[in-house]
Amino acid sequence: MSQIVVEKKVLNENQKLAAELREKFRAHKILVVNIISSPGSGKTTLLERTLERLDKSKRVVLLTGDLQTENDAKRLGQWGFPVKQIITGGTCHLDAKMIEKHLADWPLDGFDMLIIENVGNLVCPTSYDLGEHFKIVMLSVTEGEDKPLKYPSIFLKSELMIMSKMDLLPYVPFDAELAKKNARSVHPGIQIIETSSKGDGLDQWMKWLEDKLAAVKSGELVSA
Amino acid sequence: MDAGVGCEKMEGSEVPIGTGQDHLGIYMHELSIVCSVLDQLDELKKQQPEGTKFSKVGLRVGELAGVDVDCLRFGFECSVKDTPWETLALEIEEVPRRQRCPGCKAEFKAENWATECPKCGEAATVTIAGEELQIAFVEVDE
Repeated sequence: MSQIVVEKKVLNENQKLAAELREKFRAHKILVVNIISSPGSGKTTLLERTLERLDKSKRVVLLTGDLQTENDAKRLGQWGFPVKQIITGGTCHLDAKMIEKHLADWPLDGFDMLIIENVGNLVCPTSYDLGEHFKIVMLSVTEGEDKPLKYPSIFLKSELMIMSKMDLLPYVPFDAELAKKNARSVHPGIQIIETSSKGDGLDQWMKWLEDKLAAVKSGELVSA
Repeated sequence: MDAGVGCEKMEGSEVPIGTGQDHLGIYMHELSIVCSVLDQLDELKKQQPEGTKFSKVGLRVGELAGVDVDCLRFGFECSVKDTPWETLALEIEEVPRRQRCPGCKAEFKAENWATECPKCGEAATVTIAGEELQIAFVEVDE
């Protein structure tokens, strides 16, 4: 019996494809964010509020993933930005191949930003690189403040945590400070923005996006 | 021989609405990961002399990889059944999270999510191990 040393990433194929996507995004100077949360944390609502506020001269496109239905694409399609639904048919995450396939007939030239709304799931999307600049994790105040400890990987890999539904804080037994402390114990450098669908924190979120976009356009921000 | 048969389904995408319902729940990502492992083993095997038999595959799974090891074992058992990989054994090395302090350079295991440097108290330490999701080795029967 002998042993062959392999030492390869399990998701090598996905990684290769993600690297190709990343190179494409770099060449076209497109900011790419990958938004991940549990089902029902408010990803689609945040994106509705975002599109509502976005400067209409910006060329922003969206890919939104779900197991079934085109409901999210319909919701997000009302603001005039191109949206495509990725129906995974049961798969619990998006992978680089799905992104590549759904971008294939969109000319990337002149695009400013690609927003990917991942399938509602805090576990599986963590393992799949989509060529994005940033993963953004959302945690709503109707969930447990220990979620960062239960699902540490996604909080570790995310640049930003959006704490949503902050307007409901008076009605739920959620300790916002503890949630932030938990997120920071998993990922000391994580940035945190508190939002609600009523508009709290949205200026800060829009500024975050605009700053990152400016950094991509100036070549200052290059995704590794 | 194609032990990856059946994995095509995993790529999902554009399944017409109303179909695939009976598969819901079986596509958790540990199964996708098993398929990726078997696909890579198919490739690796092609590079070996005719008749080479792999008896074991060794994976390295970090605590932060977002992979449930029990699910992975279960997915592996289901995936190899009735395929040419049926006799392939699976060995998993679980890797704990380790941090390095940028200040005093101490390296330590992060127990119970405590990432502060135990030597100097620095809060912003860097993860140096625990994110692995790798095929480490295969054993060959001769």
